[in-house]
Amino acid sequence: MTLREMKDLLGAEVLVGSECMDVEVRDAFAADLLSDVLAFAKEGTLLITGITNPQVIRTAEMLELIGIVFVRGKKPDEDAIKLAQIKKVPLLSTRYIMFETCGRLFRNGLVGCIERVEDDRAEE
Amino acid sequence: MIEQRNEEPLLEQEFTVEGGDFIHAGEVSSKIKKILKEIGASQEVVRRAAIATYEAEMNVVCYAKRGDFHLAITPERLEIVIQDEGQGIEDIDLAMKEGFSTASEEIREMGFGAGMGLPNIKKNVDDLLITSVVGEGTKVTMLILTKR
Repeated sequence: MTLREMKDLLGAEVLVGSECMDVEVRDAFAADLLSDVLAFAKEGTLLITGITNPQVIRTAEMLELIGIVFVRGKKPDEDAIKLAQIKKVPLLSTRYIMFETCGRLFRNGLVGCIERVEDDRAEE
Repeated sequence: MIEQRNEEPLLEQEFTVEGGDFIHAGEVSSKIKKILKEIGASQEVVRRAAIATYEAEMNVVCYAKRGDFHLAITPERLEIVIQDEGQGIEDIDLAMKEGFSTASEEIREMGFGAGMGLPNIKKNVDDLLITSVVGEGTKVTMLILTKR
């Protein structure tokens, strides 16, 4: 699905990257813990999160994520928006909660960037 | 154990990270990532180095007064040494355990401090050496083999 289709599905507001709405989204990762994002999200993955500080943009930059959807109506502060503009990271904000956001996207064909973590991690 | 490199680096660079500077946190990692891309390092190497460096940079910002990053690149390997001035780590084995953290509420609210940083670094590098003196600081040496 494209970012535009996603925006429509989620009734989302585009905060940064309105010129990138034709970009194709393949898969996603959802978390409010940036270390888990760094551990599991892949290049080109969409991030669904409630974290709105500049570090979330840095994380997206490091991993070359395709964009970020902020859930629960959250919007990043000015510093984060500026950083996203510089780093060209599309940002969207939806009022849906994280569960609903993931559900709606999954139902429309988006999948997780991984299905589950490796056994060695789950045991700890 | 990290072996001494036997070749002169093609490129060496120093960066400084200020502790507590959350606004600029990530800039050094961003610069290092850019350098690696420019010299044509593989996507995999760039990705692993970016994640490890960023976690290390966040550690300096969250826990230390300052940290000096030293990047050295040879044809075979990428070495990043971080020497910080700070509280140091009392029990390194414990700090390496997933889920162990001494992070403040503030750090946790930012989406870090869940005890994943050092394990995450370890996962992304070929060799990792951490030494620390409590009350003085911590030295982290990360090695990534560029040809494997």
